[in-house]
Order: sequence, then structure tokens, then C-alpha cells
Amino acid sequence: MDPRRYSRVIDPKVRQVGFCPRSGQVQNQSGPTGPSTSPPVSHISPSSNSLSPVMIPPPRHPSDAASRAVNVPATATTPLRPRRPSFDDPNNNSSSTEQLVVSSYNPDESVLGTSPPFSGIGDDRDGDAESEFSDNSVNWIRQNDSGRFPLSLAPDGRFDSAAAKEKQSKKPQVGSRKERGGGQTAEVRNDLPSESKPLKEKTSKAERRALQEAQRAVKAAAKAGGNKSKAASLSAHEQTNKAAKLPLQRKDDGPVTSSAAVSERRGGERPPEKDRKKDAPAPRMQFDDKNRVEKAKKRSVVKQTEARNRVELFRHLPQYEHGTQLPDLESKFFQLDPMHPSIYKVGLQYLAGDIRGGNARCVAMLQAFSEAIKDYSTPPEKTLTRDLTAKVNNFVSFLIECRPLSISMGNAIRFLKSRIAKLPITLSEAEAKSSLCSDIERFINEKIVIAEKVIVEHAVTKIQDGDVLLTYGSSAVVEMVILHAHKLGKQFRVVIVDSRPRFEGQALLRKLVKIGVSCTYTHINAVSYIMREVTRVFLGAASVFSNGTVYSRVGTACVAMVAHAFHVPVLVCCEAYKFHERVLLDSICSNELGDPDAISKVPGRMDINSLHDGTNKENLQLLNLMYDATPPDYISMIVTEYGMIPTTSVPVIVREYGREHLLI
Amino acid sequence: MDFQVVVLAGGFSKTLVPLVSKEVPKALLPVANRPVLSYVLELLEQNNLKDLIVVVESESAALLIGGWISSAYVDRLHVEVAAVPEEIGTAGALRAIDHHLTASDILVVSGDLVCDVPPGAVAATHRRHDAVVTTMLCSNPVSGSTESGSSGGKDKAKKHYNIIGLDPTKQFLLHVASGVEVEKDVRVQKSILREVGQMDIRADLMDAHMYAFKRSVLQEVLNQKEAFQSLRRDVLPYLVRSQLRSELLLNGVQSEENGNDKDASQNPKIVLSQLLANASTPSFHELHALGPNGFSLSPRKTHKCCVYIASKSNYCVRLNTIQAFSDINRDVIGDASHISGYSFSAQNNIIDPSAVLGSKTTVGPQCMLGEGSQMGDKCSVKKSVIGRHCRIGSNVKIVNSIVMNHVTIGDGCSIQGSVVCSNVQLLERVVLKDCQVGAGFVVTAGSEHKGESLAKKEK
Repeated sequence: MDPRRYSRVIDPKVRQVGFCPRSGQVQNQSGPTGPSTSPPVSHISPSSNSLSPVMIPPPRHPSDAASRAVNVPATATTPLRPRRPSFDDPNNNSSSTEQLVVSSYNPDESVLGTSPPFSGIGDDRDGDAESEFSDNSVNWIRQNDSGRFPLSLAPDGRFDSAAAKEKQSKKPQVGSRKERGGGQTAEVRNDLPSESKPLKEKTSKAERRALQEAQRAVKAAAKAGGNKSKAASLSAHEQTNKAAKLPLQRKDDGPVTSSAAVSERRGGERPPEKDRKKDAPAPRMQFDDKNRVEKAKKRSVVKQTEARNRVELFRHLPQYEHGTQLPDLESKFFQLDPMHPSIYKVGLQYLAGDIRGGNARCVAMLQAFSEAIKDYSTPPEKTLTRDLTAKVNNFVSFLIECRPLSISMGNAIRFLKSRIAKLPITLSEAEAKSSLCSDIERFINEKIVIAEKVIVEHAVTKIQDGDVLLTYGSSAVVEMVILHAHKLGKQFRVVIVDSRPRFEGQALLRKLVKIGVSCTYTHINAVSYIMREVTRVFLGAASVFSNGTVYSRVGTACVAMVAHAFHVPVLVCCEAYKFHERVLLDSICSNELGDPDAISKVPGRMDINSLHDGTNKENLQLLNLMYDATPPDYISMIVTEYGMIPTTSVPVIVREYGREHLLI
Repeated sequence: MDFQVVVLAGGFSKTLVPLVSKEVPKALLPVANRPVLSYVLELLEQNNLKDLIVVVESESAALLIGGWISSAYVDRLHVEVAAVPEEIGTAGALRAIDHHLTASDILVVSGDLVCDVPPGAVAATHRRHDAVVTTMLCSNPVSGSTESGSSGGKDKAKKHYNIIGLDPTKQFLLHVASGVEVEKDVRVQKSILREVGQMDIRADLMDAHMYAFKRSVLQEVLNQKEAFQSLRRDVLPYLVRSQLRSELLLNGVQSEENGNDKDASQNPKIVLSQLLANASTPSFHELHALGPNGFSLSPRKTHKCCVYIASKSNYCVRLNTIQAFSDINRDVIGDASHISGYSFSAQNNIIDPSAVLGSKTTVGPQCMLGEGSQMGDKCSVKKSVIGRHCRIGSNVKIVNSIVMNHVTIGDGCSIQGSVVCSNVQLLERVVLKDCQVGAGFVVTAGSEHKGESLAKKEK
């Protein structure tokens, strides 16, 4: 984590964030959070003001902390030293060394103060911002290549092995961090020239293909060799990763220095890992693979016509002629016997676009599953566990045909399946069913409803009188945050940035204006103008990946980037059940394509709809992308129900609480 | 899919006299030599709906229809035929079979519907919006070639209009008025108009009498409003009128949370439903339910009335007038031939192999000749349906007409735009134009009739 830690541009806001056992967190949730309730923070960093995002007090003893696999406060202090000297920015040098040591103080802090952003930062804006940007691109690369996620580029979800590697390589890093501290700067610097170039190439399709191929081979080999040849496979992985320009040195001492620790750890963890392997979905369908598409079509329920003229880079994503699916599915209403009506209804609503938004889709799906389970009865000579799992798989594949699943839904399905698999055999059918239903209800309640409440409690502390909040589109959580802040009597203004074609922000706007919040409504084209007056950016997320990438409605990345350029803190509100251990680097590998007509048609403007007539032209390709990936650099913090965390701490949540999904 | 299907087959309809008689109830009127009810049953069978309740007015009609169904669909469908008293109305019929209804939603189909719109589409729309009632609308049939096929004057005088108000998305029903009501002023409810903001008033749509009802609501309405007789005239307008001030106890979450505590933020169920409501594009119902400021503590009750509009390419007509009867017959063997289920010959007509044609007799395209029928020499048949076992003499001209079974037609007759029912005898040189001849009637030789309805006196 060290390389990622100090490279973070937005350090000041995240540096003190600790991650601590839940006992501390519970206390924090109950009381109002702020500097007064987190004394450890305020004494670590003299510069921290009420803006400190820390919700969770860091561990009491540094020694204790160091022994933990991942400990952010402890790591934050060490790696900063080597970096600063190389950073010949007058502003940074002017800051006191003491602050550097304890808290990685960065003059950008002033931007984040409660004072209007443009009053005091004129001087450091130029120099600092520039250096940040140049530094930024470097960080971005380095962080990707940190070797922790060697399979980061695999477009198909092969996180099982990625997760395994992650575990192996994480420990060694912690162990070797201190000894390497001094020489690291040089090493890293040396890597830079070679690293910064291939960024473009990485995203090219051919290379991804090649990488994927290589990984496939490696995986096969690893499987054949079993656990004994883990080391061998690791080195093989290195080979592949070298293709992806991964720095070598980290890998080399990884397995060697702490193989004992790793093996010890692995021994304890085998069963859950096995489970995970089982739960991991099969590699995602690549829709540019003609044979497989044909095969899939044969067994699909919904008749879909593949859209022609798809954009080259996005051929691997499904895109169908819009408007053919719904009537077809409707007419088959009575012919789909095995499908439970509630599942069917939800699928129909996905397809028609009646239900949108990650949470709503997930809740609707879970409720439908719950209904289906209630009406389920085990056929004779079959066991409930097996048969129900098959049923659920059926349902899921039907829902995927209606609309690709979101990450949060994938997590929820994983949860449900693991609950089914873990049902004791002694349970009678009725008991098993009721236990599953109550599990689902609890998942919805704990992971979504209560989580949102806690997030609102956390996020509201970041809104102060006189703030100007900016939000993009319409996120349910952000809306709740704003409503709650208004209820608390805070005086603030909201800027709602919206975009075509859905204009989701208008619904939010209507609600806010109704209750009397002063609002500004603009489109994303004007975001660079409006950002000058903004003091906070609140965003929602469809998913957060373990490298800190936030996957959200298309346009979010743009807003976050502009906010970053203007030194406005970006807060992403996201429930922890949307976190995923996969790593996402670009918006290409996994995304969703919407109806291309939506962007080519402008309702009510006959004069400029000439584009629409040419939809079927050979040389016209319309791209209606649904999501984009916001790099972690642009995000100041992520507000989850476990506290406010920096993007670097996402893997911790995934690791520490990810399993809890399966075990609650 | 938790749907129950009720087919309202009617009884001896008065508007279709003299076509219907004691022997032939409305549901058994032949359309291209098949009872009209078979079109509905086959449509349902195609859509995998095999458990049906067929409701018939009057015992005698029920016996006839039940007998026919059990012979034709013996092991294909599971049909329950229920007889209800006459003149009870569609709503009354449903009230009478109340205790049979168990599924969560009821699909009510009129037995005189000839269409190829999948009922699943209606059901799916119903489910998608969680509606109280969903009705299928189809574009008004163009009463084609009125001059040639015009029927008795009495139902022509009363022009059948439907005024239907839709919301801009064409998913919700805001206003219905039909038939005689239209003669007066059209009154549109202000409250609905205010909420929706915009209403499309359409006169080119027809209620196809295929409804999906929520069972609990249907039963509640039928039990509370004893006076309601017809689904179309009473129940549907009532539901549409009251959609924003619903007095119905909708089952499920909504009613619970209405009655529950006021502390909305404490109840996870409410939070959850708000969450779902937020994410979906709210219909005006939800907006209204939330009240003017979006946060009313006790949400107003609403229910949704949805429509499914069949596309223009679909065929969808009801057999409720004599005009419609001849139109449907012509269409089923003509433009909408895919419904009939017959395979057409190269000349685009259907002549049963057992039919016997005399020399120089021509049967044009879009014609149908049933089994065992015999035709003499020099006959000509155009755009007509001729039933089974008819005996037709020489020099007979049949144009745009329907001749049912066991009809005897003497030499030199000319039949144009007419309906000749079963067992009719036309003696020599009869000229019929735009006539209906009731079953068993004997038309004297050499008589000429134009635009008349001939039938035996009922004893």
C-alpha cells in the first residue's frame, strides 16, 4: 500500500483515515462525528480541522497497528519521507517537515477549508496543480502496476485467482515496506519512463486478448499442478505480468520473504476461498465471439436481435435492437412456465426501464427471489439445496437477458447462493424456505436500508452552513443526504448537474425545490464553469472496485475530474455491498450499452433529428455508454456504512467485510 | 403465472337476430365454418392457457356450447362451462362465478373476439405496472366496403364511438366514454387532468374486451356495487374515475403502510418502497399519492388503470353486430387469413376436397367451400363463405355473402352481401341483396329482397 499511499494526490483528506474493528465504529455511528469524538486524529495531525473525514479512530498503538496486515495510519507516515525530496515544488517544501512526517500535510488543505475555495489558493494553484498533474499520471500507472492485482487487466471476472494473489502479495509488502523505504524512490523513478508509455497500449484490444490468453494458460497449468506448484504458477504469472509492464522487484521478494506467513494464512483460509471459487461466476460472455453468441441465443428466453453498427471498441458488450425485446417477452408471458411470475415481472421492469438504479434493481430482484422461494417446493427425488440453486441460476440468467446485472446484484446473488448452499440438511423444507426469506430480508435491511441511513449520518457531517454541493444525476443516497442535511437546518445550496438522454437529475431537482432547497440546475457541458462556486461534490456509485475505481453513471468521471482540477473534494456515497474485489482500469472491459436511439433522437426537435434517419447507415456507429470508471485519484473519499474511507481502503473492506456478506 | 382466464361467451344476443337462434348461440356462429368461440380458445391454447372458465348466459346455450367444446377440445383444454342467468350482464356473470376465482389476476376475454394479439402482452403490461385493470385497445375496424356489405339499418343509426383518454406515454387510461354517452358532452375529470397535465383523447380506438383484473379489486367492486351490470359500461369507468381517490383496499404492501404508523423514516418497509419508487420513473399516480410537497405522511390511495394498445398490424375485431359478422368472415378468409388456420390453395381459396363443383362453375379467390357441398353448373362465387353440405343449383351467383350449413339454393338465385343461415331453403330465382335469412326459413321462388331481415316467427 505504500506506493499507492504516498502517490495519492488527494492525500490531505484521506491520510488520517484509519480502519478499525467494528466496536469502535459502532460508537461512532451513534454519536455525532467530528473532531471532538475522534481525539486520536486531532492529536496526530495538528492541521486537522472539522473537515477531517475520519469517522473511525485509528488503532491506539502504532505497534499494534503495524502488526495488522493493512493499516493506513501507520503506513501513511513512513512512505512520505522518501517522496518529498524528489518533489521539488516550492509550496511543498515550504510546509513544515514536522507535518510532513506525521500527517503528510499538503498545502492543498487550504482548498478544502470552509472558506471559499478561491480566496486563498491562488498562489499554490499554479505550481501545485501542475506538479500534481504530472505526478498524477505517474501515480496512476504506478498504482496499477503495484503488483497487487496481477490480473487487473483480465476482462473476464477472474477475481478468484486475483484474490488469492492479493493475499499473498499483500503481506510481503507490509513486511518489506520498512526496509525498502529508503531505496524505493529511486527504484520507482527508474520505472517511470518505461511505465508511462504503455498505458495506451494496455487498453488496446489485441493486447488484452493476448493477456487473457496467457492467463488462461497459466490458470490451467496451476490447476493441473495443484497447490504445490503455486510458486511456479506465480512465476508464470510474473511472466504474463511482465507483458503488462509490472515492476519486478516487488514480486520477487514477495513470496520469498514471507512464504511462511502466507502459507500459514492460507491454511486457515482454505475453505472460504474454495467457496469463493465456486461462487465466482463464469467468465463473462464476450459478445464479439460469434460462436458463443450463437450458442447463447439458442438457449435464451428473450428473443434478441443484435444491433448492427456497434462501436468497434465495445463489440464485446451486448447490444440489441431496441424495441424488439419487450413485445416479444410480453407475448411469451404465458409460455414461460418455469419462471416465477414475480421474477418475470422484475425482468419485464428491467427491460422496460421501469426500475433503474443499483439499489432499486437489487431490492426488486431480491424481493422477487423471496417470492419465488416462498412458492417453491422441492420436486420429488431432489434435494432442496441443489434444485433451488439451479432454479436461482435460471432466474438469474433470465434477468441477465433482460438487462445485464449490476455488481451489487451479483454480490446479492452470491450471498443468496451461499445461504442456500449452507442450509443444514436437517432443516425441513418449510424451515429452509423461511430461513432463506428472512436472510434475504435481513440482507436488504442491513446492507441497503440501514447502510443508507448510516451513510447519510456520516455524510451529513461533511455539509456545513454556506456550502455549495454539487451532485450529478440522481443518486438515491445523495438525495437522502441532502434531504437529511436540509432537515437538520443546514444552510447550503445544491448544484444539480444533469445530462442527456435520461435527465435523471430533474426528478431530484423537483424534490429538492419542493422542500425549499436552493438549487441550480445545469447540464454537464457547464460543469467546468459551475465548479468554481462549488465546495463539495457528492456522487453516487454503481460499484466500487478494489483498486478504488468508482463505477458509476456515465459522466461521473468527468465531474470528478473537473472537481479535482478545481480542488473540490469529491465524496462518493456507496454502500459496502456494492464493493467488489475485481479491479477495473477502464470503462471498456465491463460496461453496458444503452439504446443508441436515445442519443440520436432529440424529442421535440424535428429540425435536428436528421441523424436519426441515418441510423442504419454503414458508416455511422452510435455509442450510448451507460457507465464509466472514475480513477481513484479523483476521489477524496468514499462514504460507506463502515465509515469514510480513502479509495485505498476499499480492498480492506472487501477483505474484512466481504466475507461477512456470506456469513451473516 | 397465476392468471385465471374467464371467457365470456354470451348467450343468445339480441343484436344478432336473426343470425342467432335457439340452436345457434352467439358463440357458435360460424366464422369461416368454425364457431367464433374457437378463435378465442385457440388463441388461448397457443399461449399455453389451458385452464379456462367459459361463462355462458342461459342453460340451454351452456348445454350447446359445452357440448361443442367437449367434442372439439376433449383432451386439449381443460374447460369449465358455467351457466348464468340471462340478462345479467358481464359484471353480473363474473359476480355469479365469484367463488371460482382464486388466482391473483383474472384475464377476462370476450368470447366473440377474433384477434391475434397475444393475451400475454396484456397480462405482462398488467403485471409490469401492478395495475388494477388493464384493457386492450385496438384500432377501430374500418367497416370496409360499407356499400356492398351494409347490414340492417338499425345498428347503423346508432354509431358506436369510443372516446378514450390516455396519458402522454400511452400507458394509462384516464377517461372512457362510449356509445350513447358520447352524444352528450364529454366530461373529463378535472383532478385527473390536473395531475397528468396532458391527455390524449382518441376516438380511433376500440375496447377489445380483453381485460386483466386484479382479482381482489374485481371482487370488491362487484360486491360493493350491486348495481354494476357491465364491465365496459360500469366497472371500467368506475375504476378509471376513481383512480386517484381509490377506495379499494389494495392487497399487499400499500394498504399496510397506509394504515401504519406515521413515522415514515422509522419503518424500513416504507423506506424500501420509497427507495423503489425513487428509482423508477414515477407515474402520475405515485406523484399524486405523495401529495403536493412530495412528503405527505399518509399517502393518498391510488390505483392504476393501464392500457395495452395493439399495434396496427394485429387483427382484432369483435363479433357484436351483423356488420361485424360479415366483415370478420370476409377478413378471416381474406386479409387476415393467418388467423383462420387453414391453408389456402394456389387460387387463394379453400375448397374442401369433398365438395363437388359443376361444369363452368368458378370459385374466386378469398372464398371458402365447406365439405360435402355441391354446386351446379355455371355458378360463380366471389368473396364468400359457403358452409357444409349445401346444395346449390345452377346459374347461382354468390358475392360477398355467407352461406351456412345445409342450405339449399335453387337455380338462378343471386345472393349479394347477405347472410344465409343454416337449413334455409331458397327456391328458384330468388334475389337477395343485403339480407339476413334466419335459420330454417324458406324463401319463396322468384322473390326479391333488399336490405331485409327474414326469419321464422318465433313461437
